[in-house]
Amino acid sequence: MLTLSLKASPPQRLDLSPLLPHLLAGKTAAEIAAIDISTTREKITVGDVFSVRAGSTDEIRFEGGSERFDGVGRGLQVGKILVAGDVGMDAGRLMSGGEVIVDGDTGPYAGSGMSGGRLEVKGDTGDFLGAPREGEMQGMAGGMLIVRGSAGQRPGDRLRRGTIIIEGATGDCPGSRMIAGTLIVLGRSGAHPGYLMKRGTIALAKPPALSATFVESGPYASAFSAMFARTLEPESRGAGRLFRARLRRFSGDMAALGKGEVFIPA
Amino acid sequence: MRPMIRNGVRIDESFAEAFPMRGTALIITAPNRRWARQAAITMTGFATSVIGCGAEAGIDCDVDARETPDGRPGVRVLIFAMASEELQKQLINRVGQCVLTSPGSACFSDFKGADTFKIGDALRYFGDGWQISKKFGDRHFWRIPVMDGEFLCEGTTGYTKDAVGGGNLLIMGADYDKTLRAAEAAVEAMNGVRDVILPFPGGIVRSGSKVGSKYKALFASTNSAYCPTLRASVETALDDDIGCVLEIVIDGLTEASVAKATRAGLAAIINLGPRNGARRVGAGNYGGKLGPFHFHLKDLLP
Repeated sequence: MLTLSLKASPPQRLDLSPLLPHLLAGKTAAEIAAIDISTTREKITVGDVFSVRAGSTDEIRFEGGSERFDGVGRGLQVGKILVAGDVGMDAGRLMSGGEVIVDGDTGPYAGSGMSGGRLEVKGDTGDFLGAPREGEMQGMAGGMLIVRGSAGQRPGDRLRRGTIIIEGATGDCPGSRMIAGTLIVLGRSGAHPGYLMKRGTIALAKPPALSATFVESGPYASAFSAMFARTLEPESRGAGRLFRARLRRFSGDMAALGKGEVFIPA
Repeated sequence: MRPMIRNGVRIDESFAEAFPMRGTALIITAPNRRWARQAAITMTGFATSVIGCGAEAGIDCDVDARETPDGRPGVRVLIFAMASEELQKQLINRVGQCVLTSPGSACFSDFKGADTFKIGDALRYFGDGWQISKKFGDRHFWRIPVMDGEFLCEGTTGYTKDAVGGGNLLIMGADYDKTLRAAEAAVEAMNGVRDVILPFPGGIVRSGSKVGSKYKALFASTNSAYCPTLRASVETALDDDIGCVLEIVIDGLTEASVAKATRAGLAAIINLGPRNGARRVGAGNYGGKLGPFHFHLKDLLP
């Protein structure tokens, strides 16, 4: 395991996206320490901010974190990244495989556009969890994204595939403009869940009043919920419990395509 | 052929000649065991022989609710055919007409393999645009709205090209009752073996066939050498003390599973003994040149 221990609070925002297992494979500690991670005209290298303890690059561990750690695990393909602390924006953005675990909070756009792998945030996360960045047509397109704490505004915006579990609360418009995929919120959900969603599944343990463009389609009984509960249980017992309970199903958003669904406890 | 004798039962020094087949396994679940079995029985009906049915299929075993993907009672079915294209066609027709239609059913793949057949990936169109796709990890499911709720069906199932079809035992006894008793005992023992099915009615076939016929249109006809009533008319394989012959045909996902089933069946027949059961056990082959799998009875004795 390669360990990067934070020496002192970084003097500027850092771009940590070059620190991925497949990019570091075969590099010596000195070569890793020389990698540029600055985001301003003042150059900063890995060695300036971290003390590097060499080891297998399949697993990278950050000792200490900061909300200035941007792009942790961005573009991750294989291997594992662990952060003992907070990170900034774009954590796990565009990752396609491997695993990122943040033992702290993240900024906005965590898991943005990810297409595979697993991202777990043990603390809270900012706005636009899994969402597309400016100009992109779709958000998260695969994989598993788990937030043990709460999320900000519009988590799962333009979600296309994959599963997002938020064990805490969310801000407004969770699952806005969803294309497909699954978003589960166990805490209190903000207003307008599924705003303009086309397809996909939202499950809310503590829902607000749904908008009038979500139409109830009655109590839901299908082998799917039990199977899904089994799939979810290893990741989140709360999510498994939600799908084992009796559910009511709403179809929507009728202001958009209307093939989406919102499950709430009966 | 020199007979070997075990517990008074003569065992032919012969072998069953079997063929490579394509095969896959599904788990069918329902709200209760009765309806899981009903869907499985319907789906595997009219599937005794590839000659006339397109596929050979049967129930492998019940699956406990704790072990099915959706936590409901399930049944594991196996289905085999000679060619991949035919098996794909059979799978869609059978799951589409017999499982999709069965109350409360769901259908899951139970075979992992690099090659796959479509199940839900084809049946989803029944949803007329209202079907819902769900992908978890490497598994892909379709939820198809139906009149009792939703039909949940896995998108694809893996299959093997190394399945083995046509393992068999010829069970010969003094009369009908004793021979059937021995065959039934063998079927019961073989049903306990995983990854095999006995495609014929109740596992037993009474009309074994030989290759060829006097009639040009037919490529198989009654196994005259084993028909007791033809003993006086043709070159017979039957001894004077044999009055009835029944056959068990075995299809399995692996060569080892067919061998294991043959062994279990032989043990049950031998255990029953000649007084109440079979006097002699043989196996069907074509001289060993047609099928690559040979199950020699002498190697599979208990």
